[in-house]
Amino acid sequence: MNEIQEVKEKAEKGELIQYIVIKIDDEQYGINIKFIDNIVRMQQITRVPKVDAFLKGVINIRGEIVPVMSVRMKMGLSEDVITGASRIIILKTDTGDLVGIIVDQVNQVLTLDEKDIEKVRYDDKKGQSNVSFVSGVGHYDGGLVSILDLDAVVSEKESKEKASNAS
Amino acid sequence: MDVSQYLSVFLDEAKEHLQSLNDNIMTLEQDPENEDCINEIFRSAHSMKGMAGTMGYTRMQNLTHDMEDVFSDVRAGKIKIKSEMIDVLLQCLDAIQGYVDNITENQDEGTEEHQNIIKALADIRSGNVGSASAPEADAASAAEASDSAASEPDPGASPMTDYRLIKLDPSARTTLEEAKAQGKNILGVTVHIQESCILKAARGFLVFKGIEEVGEIVVSEPNTQDIEDEKFDFTFSLVVITDESKEKLAEIVKSVSEVEGCECGEFDLDAEKAVEEAAEPVPAPAATPTPAPAPSATPNPAPAGSKAAPAAGAGGKKPVGKPVVNRTVRVDIEKLDVLMNLVSELIIAKNSLISAANTSGVSNGNVNEQIEYLESVTTNLHESVMKVRMVPIESVLQKFPRMIRDLNKTLGKKMELTMTGEDTEMDRTVVDEIGDPLMHLIRNSADHGIESAELRAQRGKPEVGQIFLHAFQDGNSVVIEVGDDGNGIDAEAVKSKAIEKGVVTPEQAALLTEKQCVELLFHPGFSTAKQVSEISGRGVGLDVVKSKVESLSGEVSVNTKLGVGSTWVIRLPLTLAIIQALMVIVGEEKYAIPLDSIQSIEDVSPSDLKLVENKEVINLRGSVTPIIRLNEVLDTESTKSPEDDMVVVIARKGDQQIGLVIDELMGQQEIVIKPLGKYTNKCKLISGATILGDGEIALILDTNSIF
Repeated sequence: MNEIQEVKEKAEKGELIQYIVIKIDDEQYGINIKFIDNIVRMQQITRVPKVDAFLKGVINIRGEIVPVMSVRMKMGLSEDVITGASRIIILKTDTGDLVGIIVDQVNQVLTLDEKDIEKVRYDDKKGQSNVSFVSGVGHYDGGLVSILDLDAVVSEKESKEKASNAS
Repeated sequence: MDVSQYLSVFLDEAKEHLQSLNDNIMTLEQDPENEDCINEIFRSAHSMKGMAGTMGYTRMQNLTHDMEDVFSDVRAGKIKIKSEMIDVLLQCLDAIQGYVDNITENQDEGTEEHQNIIKALADIRSGNVGSASAPEADAASAAEASDSAASEPDPGASPMTDYRLIKLDPSARTTLEEAKAQGKNILGVTVHIQESCILKAARGFLVFKGIEEVGEIVVSEPNTQDIEDEKFDFTFSLVVITDESKEKLAEIVKSVSEVEGCECGEFDLDAEKAVEEAAEPVPAPAATPTPAPAPSATPNPAPAGSKAAPAAGAGGKKPVGKPVVNRTVRVDIEKLDVLMNLVSELIIAKNSLISAANTSGVSNGNVNEQIEYLESVTTNLHESVMKVRMVPIESVLQKFPRMIRDLNKTLGKKMELTMTGEDTEMDRTVVDEIGDPLMHLIRNSADHGIESAELRAQRGKPEVGQIFLHAFQDGNSVVIEVGDDGNGIDAEAVKSKAIEKGVVTPEQAALLTEKQCVELLFHPGFSTAKQVSEISGRGVGLDVVKSKVESLSGEVSVNTKLGVGSTWVIRLPLTLAIIQALMVIVGEEKYAIPLDSIQSIEDVSPSDLKLVENKEVINLRGSVTPIIRLNEVLDTESTKSPEDDMVVVIARKGDQQIGLVIDELMGQQEIVIKPLGKYTNKCKLISGATILGDGEIALILDTNSIF
């Protein structure tokens, strides 16, 4: 009982943050739970012509049209391979818009203390291709988890590396 | 006292009053003698003063109070309306508007006292603004007022105001004659209600109620319904069958508050006949026994005169009186949006039901019947909700006359604005959005269209430039035309400007038709104004007009003739949220094409295809129609082989048409338009999406973007 209350209190103070841990490619990423509206199974995505390649199309979430994007393609990784474990995570942005992202797998819910998260500020130029999508690294019993920088994920630009390759 | 809950009502009403003040002052400028207007202005100023006072906005209250004072003098005939006065009054309105804007933003009226305007208003009252002829005019108008006041009791002026002039229909006559035979009193009553009374209908009702306790009202003039609806002046007349005396009846009537007085007497059935026969019956008031003196003549001659003058003078005008009070409910637009969304959901659910019934094979006659019934109910429901959301375009147009008046002064041109179709109704969201583009077009006409006075004289045109705005409904769309009889658009000037700005190359320009040249005006960053004036430099270009109209799923075009004038035509859809669409299949995907933009559907054999400039066309009943293969535009594989006959949807935009090749037709359906949201805006081909009966999404093609 006490433990739960303690957790609640800490959560209210903003010291404890819950993360959904997902898997993209071989890496684990955490997404702050407060940005997640819903997690749905893979479903028929309606393609929208003439848009950026990372935008896979739109889906119907409770009567609303929600765009779905591929994080893999945004990060410059290979095309998504849809399996039974694939999920679409519906994110709610600051402006209240819904955006879906395709992930390979949803692993667990993780509660991290703020002090367990190490902020990363890589120099963008020499960092790896996906560095700009990570805002920090969380330590937990089982290991490390990268915290996804959702602003970067849902921004309309493609990954920096891809853009520079193209030019 | 906490009045914040009344704030929105206050703001709404303040805006209405401001608009009415604006309109009436403008009318007054044209027709300084219009007493209707003066009264209306006085009333509005008075109400605003009261409202502002209640809400604790003292500065606004002071200003409106001074304005009211001026009009109280005008009403009393002490001041005559002058054009300088109109300027001051309009400034005053702007100041009040400023207060209202401040209040809208931060619930505070601000600290601006507008002393100069208050002083100017005071000057008007003390006569500083008026010229030497003012006193004479005063005298004249006073005399006029008293004249008409004196003639007021003369029933010839207004036939409805006296019970002696009531015309009986045969059935009422029979009733009265029977009653008379039974020895009952037949009395006529004319009730005068105070002019300051706000709830005339309620007072009328109380009079009716009082009289009905002692007798029976056989006839009323105007009729009961009109009295309930306040469709009467401050006077109405009744014929009553009663056992009571006329004095008792008069007492009952007068006991109702805000009744100024009443005339009561025996109703003479024969005299009434005489009235019918004589064209101009003048039963002298003194001759008939009237216990109450003719009341309107005594207490305040000015208002009485104001009533009589228009009635007697402007013969063609409709009867004087307050406009009919609307039976309306104010509803927050958000609540309507919610309602609209629910209707949308219902229609989606209905579509799901239909597709479920079809696939599960339960579609026997009874189910189909019920589904059809459901369909007609949802369609009606949708239409009703749409109607609720419809507002007359008037609210947007109201500000334009004032704008033209101001432009007259700033530009030094003489212009006149005529508007028709102000009552054309459109969806609220469209009306809110269309104001700026229309304003831009009118400003454009004023600034670039109408020539200077000298040039007009040279061209033999009337001195005053005409700008017009016509709004009307045309099928499922609303058309708004804005135009002028000015200079028209010089296609060559546009062309050279376009080349100069790098919009087109000289080679391209040489190929352009005159119409295409004019269309260049809609190109972003194009302004032909030789110098940036206050009007054309407002930052809204024609490209913004175009994009705004297109964002509302409308289109804008222009017809112009050099030296004769130009007309801009905006065409907007009546509704935004729910449309009839043709469902088609391209490749493996389903798309919706709005029915409005479809001309016809054709079966075309591949052998009919011709090549013109390397593009595929067909000859469709004499007109050469370009063919677009939708699967190529949409980056998908067609499921048909090239030898098969093609299904071609002929779409139109204005007077152009194109053929869109699709793979399969699914049929017509009522669809709910949902926004695609961000990220997908880049695709100009798609204007939105809709959810089909089975939950699948179909994209809505914007055929306009394919042209």
